[in-house]
Amino acid sequence: MSMPMPPPKRKNPALRTRPMHPPPAARSRIGLGLTAAAARGELALQVCQACGAHQYPPRESCCRCPSTHLKWQAQSGLGQLLAITTLSHSNDLFFRERLPWRLGMVALDVGVSVLVHLHEDVDTPNQNVRVLARLDRAGQAVLIAVPTQPSPHWQETSMMREMGCDPKHRKILITDGKSPTGQALARACVSAGAQTVWVGHAEPWKKLPGLDELAALPGVSLIPLDLTNERDVAKVSGGIGGKVDIVINNAEAHRTHGIADRAGTDAARFEMDLNYFGLLRLAQSLGPALKGRAADGPANAVAWVNVLSIYALANFPAHGTYSASKAAAYSLAQCLRAEMRPFGIRVINVFPGPVEDEWFQSLPPPKLNPDVLARAIVKALQEGTEDVYPGDVAQEWLQRWREDPKILEREIAAGDGQ
Amino acid sequence: MSTTPSILMALAQAMQQRRIEVVDLTQTLTPEFPQISLPPEYGQCWPFRLEEVAQYDARGPSWYWNNFSCGEHTGTHFDAPIHWVSGRHLPFNSVDTIPVEHFVAPAYVIDCVAQTQADPDYLLTVDDVLAFEAAHGRIQARSWLFMRTDWSQRTDPEAYQNFDETGQHTPGPSTEAVRFLIEERDVIGFGSEAIGTDAGQGFHLKPPYPCHYLMHGSGRYGLQCLTNLHLLPPAGAVVLAAPLKIQKGSGSPLRVLALVERT
Amino acid sequence: MTRRGYDDVAVAVPVTVPYIRYSPRSAHWFVARALEDLLQASGLDKPSIDGLCLSSFTLAPDTAVGLLQHVGLSPRWLDHIPTGGASGVMAVRRAARAVQAGDADIVACIAADTNHVDTFRQTLGSFSQFARDATYPYGSGGPNSIFAFIMAHYMQKYGANREDFGHIAVAQRHNALRNPNALFKQPLTLEQYLSARPIADPIHLFDCVMPCAGAEAVLVMSSARARDLGFAHVVLRGAIERHNAFAHDPIFERGGWRVDRAELYAQAGATPAQVDFVQTYDDYPVVSMIQFEDLGFCDKGEGPAFVRSHNLQFDGTFAHNTSGGQLSSGQAGAAGGFLGLTEAVRQLTGAAEQRAVPGAQLGLVTGFGMVTYDRCLCTGALLLGAAA
Repeated sequence: MSMPMPPPKRKNPALRTRPMHPPPAARSRIGLGLTAAAARGELALQVCQACGAHQYPPRESCCRCPSTHLKWQAQSGLGQLLAITTLSHSNDLFFRERLPWRLGMVALDVGVSVLVHLHEDVDTPNQNVRVLARLDRAGQAVLIAVPTQPSPHWQETSMMREMGCDPKHRKILITDGKSPTGQALARACVSAGAQTVWVGHAEPWKKLPGLDELAALPGVSLIPLDLTNERDVAKVSGGIGGKVDIVINNAEAHRTHGIADRAGTDAARFEMDLNYFGLLRLAQSLGPALKGRAADGPANAVAWVNVLSIYALANFPAHGTYSASKAAAYSLAQCLRAEMRPFGIRVINVFPGPVEDEWFQSLPPPKLNPDVLARAIVKALQEGTEDVYPGDVAQEWLQRWREDPKILEREIAAGDGQ
Repeated sequence: MSTTPSILMALAQAMQQRRIEVVDLTQTLTPEFPQISLPPEYGQCWPFRLEEVAQYDARGPSWYWNNFSCGEHTGTHFDAPIHWVSGRHLPFNSVDTIPVEHFVAPAYVIDCVAQTQADPDYLLTVDDVLAFEAAHGRIQARSWLFMRTDWSQRTDPEAYQNFDETGQHTPGPSTEAVRFLIEERDVIGFGSEAIGTDAGQGFHLKPPYPCHYLMHGSGRYGLQCLTNLHLLPPAGAVVLAAPLKIQKGSGSPLRVLALVERT
Repeated sequence: MTRRGYDDVAVAVPVTVPYIRYSPRSAHWFVARALEDLLQASGLDKPSIDGLCLSSFTLAPDTAVGLLQHVGLSPRWLDHIPTGGASGVMAVRRAARAVQAGDADIVACIAADTNHVDTFRQTLGSFSQFARDATYPYGSGGPNSIFAFIMAHYMQKYGANREDFGHIAVAQRHNALRNPNALFKQPLTLEQYLSARPIADPIHLFDCVMPCAGAEAVLVMSSARARDLGFAHVVLRGAIERHNAFAHDPIFERGGWRVDRAELYAQAGATPAQVDFVQTYDDYPVVSMIQFEDLGFCDKGEGPAFVRSHNLQFDGTFAHNTSGGQLSSGQAGAAGGFLGLTEAVRQLTGAAEQRAVPGAQLGLVTGFGMVTYDRCLCTGALLLGAAA
């Protein structure tokens, strides 16, 4: 049974910090179907639409019948362990630096055999297991067999910590602690066992309720941070950048305008300056420090979270300029992900629907409670999923958008999109 | 040809000999300096922002320069009559059309430090002006009236803005004092160390924001976020305050300098 | 329709380009050396070689086609078989039909590979799409983890223990000490086998082959031609191959040989009891044990008992991998699939020197190879007989 992870020892500053060597990242195009599902936290396998046979490894043609009509479908991952081995040797630097490493062969109930990473609590041949698909430090899907009834601390083993971005014992920067979401995030990170939470806030003369209470939580410090101010960002980076393990960029500007209902670009520019350029400034400034520390012991740098919006996928005209700024931020976040991935840092993009805050006040429910949103983000960090669509509205928008973005565009315009 | 120096040459000489000093009444433009903050649904004044273009590096090997952005009313700045609804139709009401001779004028400095320390919402009264004149002489026409509060020594932005749940609490002039200064003394404008020429609670006066409303409505000017007023004599300084020549500008950040005679 | 036999096909001129752990030379050099040795040993000239079958992992960007201009051959029959450990068996099967049909008279079958310090790692990374997607990301360092699973599963299901596999490895080392080409020159005891460091348990050091550079080659022609040319030769008595057999077994424990073995023995008119020596493809001892079962020497699951009750040395009761096999000679890439073939030809033509199996008349050579995901896909086997 996995034990809770103890707080890591302090680092010896005389020792060189190890650079990160991600595990093998190459995958075929069809193999990336597994990654696409794992990015959402799902195990999916191809299922033949003609005969129903499941397929693994990913392929273009059914392993049983002639059909090439294969479709990715979510799986339970239940199966039985066939064999175990422990690697004492590997040619790959990632694994070499983390030996010994346990692997298993599992016969899934659906009839395919899968090579898996093996959780330390799985140790008996023929044991019933559940296979998960998680993103590894190369940002690609791998399969992991865990017990069907995992013990409470199962995610705290060194193998699981390599797959996820658990806030426990890590040092986190939340860029805006004034918003309800930011405050909920600070509380959620503390509950999840974060060692340190820096909570940023801009315009210190503007008092909003709740900020001071955060400073009383264990490990939380308030730091002035305005993402529209390049020098502010540089100062924070210079101060704490070398320690930040997880960035949660939730700072945002949100107004409720489209094009015709407000003259001038100043509100839209503010949204862009904070939502898009703010991300750019912060990423330029803090990115290098995170990249350098991705293999820096058990409390290493692991993740960058951007709290975007489901409106980044499809514009919500009533909040049209906000949507556009979130779309810009989304595109840039993809750029950030491409730049961070080779260094083993996961960029996690969160696309909530409307949140219970002042700028979404005029929208009818369902709306996302900030605590629920914060817990979804913490869960994404623990599981290492990289595309998060929390809440009913986000889930429904995502489904409609994936089926046909054009139809969603018309539905939103007709007022059915929320 | 006369051998006595012209007035200007005498001035230059006096400055070289430090018999006339130049005092800088301007706050440094930094990203940290607070800007006027309105309720969120309104358009906002940009804070001062500096974005480096190059610093002797790949972006420009031999030079250093920045691009900056700010509002017309960021930092130490000048308000033109066109800034307020009451001055919108007056002639020569924007920074580019104000007669340039208005940018050089004498300044009187009224000390309200003690009163402001006791009460951040302190309003300058007519009695305060009259008491000042009894000590230092009558305020001459077409001069600036500066309200010294030492508010500029509040270097912590939070203390400088001084917000609470009821809004901002900074000192300014009363409606009666503004009227008096306009109708009885023909001032060229009003200057403050705080974020605005009007008091932080000015919204609740009648008319709301009387210094803006009445001064700009009568074609006069404002200066705010001044500093170093404690280095000026109550009377006798001459102030240079020339805003940027922005086409139809409502104001601009500027360098406010005071010439002070040292005896 | 019954399949045509191979009685009029001969295999001759076994050639081994000496194995070396690392070589800066290209695979092209090892192919060329093997060809040179074939020509020198046979006295033939290049134009006499009118068929070529080639197998190599390290020839990229060339295949057999690129080699033709490189070494100066103009064959009328050409095959490139990228099938690693099964390529010896498969090359002989293909060459045999070409010769029987008259498409070629003398076919050179060559397997050659170089080995640079990073060859193994580079080969792994791009071995197959399945390996790239489903094996390599798990850090498994090639087939070691796959065969660890296979070995662990076999041990658990059939009650084998490490000593049983040790017997196979130890006997092969005994044989290898009489093979001048073997890279391993020291004896191996069972204690040493058992106490060796783990690689991916239950696979330990002496369960693994040592990759090296080298080449193996033979000539295939009609028996008549072999006699005319005065070559010592063997005749091809039977040959099978089967790929991706038992594809739906959750884990490998039986191979394609099982499917066609009755036909193999029927072609040769022989039974397993009549086989004088067995050269199994031995990437891991567990695979050899499974082949004992699947080629009819014992039943499934009886491998441990079989090994415990037989002496596997070249001079024992069940002569096995008489050159030392890959486990003690080294694995020169695809040449590992030919190693048993050339040894079998030597044994049956009296050229096995100090390790000759006394009175050998019939030998079995197997092929096994190409782990693309969780099992080898290719299997094959040849029965070779001494020439009358």
